[in-house]
Amino acid sequence: MKEINFTVTDPLGIHARPAGILVKEAKKFTSKITVIKGDKSCDMRKLLALMGLAVKQNDSIVVQVEGADEDACAAAIEAFLKENF
Amino acid sequence: MLVGNGKSIVNGIAIGKIKIYKEPERIINEGLIDDPDAEVTRYEAAVEKAIDQQNVLYEKAVKDAGKDIAEVFLVHAMMLEDDDLNDSVKEIITGQKRSAEYATQQGYANYAQMFADMDDPYMKARAADIIDIQGMVLDNLLGLDSASMQGTEPSILVADDFAPSQTVKLDKSLLLGMICREGSSNSHTAILARSMNIPALMQCKEVDDSWDGKDAIIDGKNGCVYIEPDADLRKVLTARHEEDLKKEALLQELKGKPSTTIDGYEVHVYANIGGPSDVGAVNQNDAEGVGLFRSEFVYLNSKEEPSEEEQFVAYKRVLESLAPKLVIIRTCDIGADKTIDYMNLDKEENPALGYRAVRICLTRKPFFKKQLRALLRASAYGHLGIMFPMIISVREVRECKEIMEECRQELIKEGYKIADNIQIGIMVETPAAVLCADELAEEVDFFSLGTNDLTQYTCAIDRQNAKLEPFSDTHHPAVLRAIKMTIEAGHRHGTWVGICGELGADTTLTETFLRYGVDELSVNPKSVLPLRKAIRSLDLSKPATVIGK
Repeated sequence: MKEINFTVTDPLGIHARPAGILVKEAKKFTSKITVIKGDKSCDMRKLLALMGLAVKQNDSIVVQVEGADEDACAAAIEAFLKENF
Repeated sequence: MLVGNGKSIVNGIAIGKIKIYKEPERIINEGLIDDPDAEVTRYEAAVEKAIDQQNVLYEKAVKDAGKDIAEVFLVHAMMLEDDDLNDSVKEIITGQKRSAEYATQQGYANYAQMFADMDDPYMKARAADIIDIQGMVLDNLLGLDSASMQGTEPSILVADDFAPSQTVKLDKSLLLGMICREGSSNSHTAILARSMNIPALMQCKEVDDSWDGKDAIIDGKNGCVYIEPDADLRKVLTARHEEDLKKEALLQELKGKPSTTIDGYEVHVYANIGGPSDVGAVNQNDAEGVGLFRSEFVYLNSKEEPSEEEQFVAYKRVLESLAPKLVIIRTCDIGADKTIDYMNLDKEENPALGYRAVRICLTRKPFFKKQLRALLRASAYGHLGIMFPMIISVREVRECKEIMEECRQELIKEGYKIADNIQIGIMVETPAAVLCADELAEEVDFFSLGTNDLTQYTCAIDRQNAKLEPFSDTHHPAVLRAIKMTIEAGHRHGTWVGICGELGADTTLTETFLRYGVDELSVNPKSVLPLRKAIRSLDLSKPATVIGK
């Protein structure tokens, strides 16, 4: 399993449009991708659940990636988070 | 006469009859059903259709309102694809043996509630998105078409609120204005109204069904609507409306046309802006780029020095939304009449000739680097120009470029992408820069003449001092000669030259500037089209109608 720690710098947090693009990105891989914020977590492939985490600016999240393509998947997700959030 | 008040979205005027825009009545079977599988199939087909509809709306909104705004419909399509949402609806159908309509109503309402319960105002507002897609799925299930709600006559539509999909579906040729009882100035409806330039009032609590069919005028400037206005008022507002229409006609006539004289001399007309909120005005007035983006807003809107990240986000937003147009961002120009507490600037005897702009930046390197790093990082998202203000010597330009190079090297090491088409330029606003223009031109891609400061420094006239009015001449021959010298010096070295000061918008000087050979004029967004009109009516092959001075 791979783990990514990330702090959101975008003033709007993980808001609708980029969250949607994030879900699309996640759907490119087969690994299970879990987003954890505090005591809540969700599957990154699920847009409404992801928006439901209400990740705001300066919030820290942990992303866990587990599966056959976890190396490539974790690298892509991490790069995507840095670029967009 | 009745008056309603609300938050105005567009400054214009709308005159016409009121039409109450009512949701279609959705009659929903709440009883038990026999064949859950058939209901699930119906639901899936309705969702499928709704997703297609979102994509059609997206295409339409891109044309009407721009890509940024249209993206809400892509989000809607993605929401409609959400497994949790769809599973929860199917669960109600099969578990409780209810109709697809009933399950849609319940299942989507739970998600709308989830968003409505969130603290964050942005997330709270997403409840409206869920309600919107719910309405589409329900209409598909029930075979209802909300397009008929608008009627067939041109009208001012009145509703409690408009869903984004409803706003986009409206027939614009019949839409004079919009009034909502609810809705914030940040709602999608407001954003769409703004981008489509349709007068709209939000949060108008006086809205009443009895208005239906009555004559009305929305006065966007004063944020009110008059129902059955009296004759005098009607006359005044009609006159203003006609004025607006003339401007609109100008836009229609000139939009997308090059700023070229009759004999084929092309000059670029750019806009001056002060912040990300002005981006809309740049597009609405069809400016070909941004010739001066004053970066002061990032400093003035902040209690403490803005971080690299905050600046990056602001610059990126502007570059991205205007790409591929050139956007010239002027580096920090505080000091003189613009001071900020956290900068701890000393009080000066003579601030106009004092510690300001690039003089602060070159002596406070970490401060300057923060902005340059943010700019370089943002460059990957559009076409960036960087412009240094208050330059008097080649040494200063070289120092600015060295510090920028240092930032570039650091960023490359850190793995950031930086555009390779960044243009570098300086403001020419001091007599020193004019007189050294040949040497300066060797260093940069472009010059931009700041005529306000150039006039004040050339004529030694304080522009804030009203007593000097009788001595001041905005068309002073010394200033015009300085402009001519700068343009000629720039061209000797392959450097293009623009004017970003107020003189650029002065159409009595346009012919003069064109005859000097100016490459670009950057003006207030509102002046873009009148200036383009002036340029397109000039013929430089004919004898000069103005003295070249």
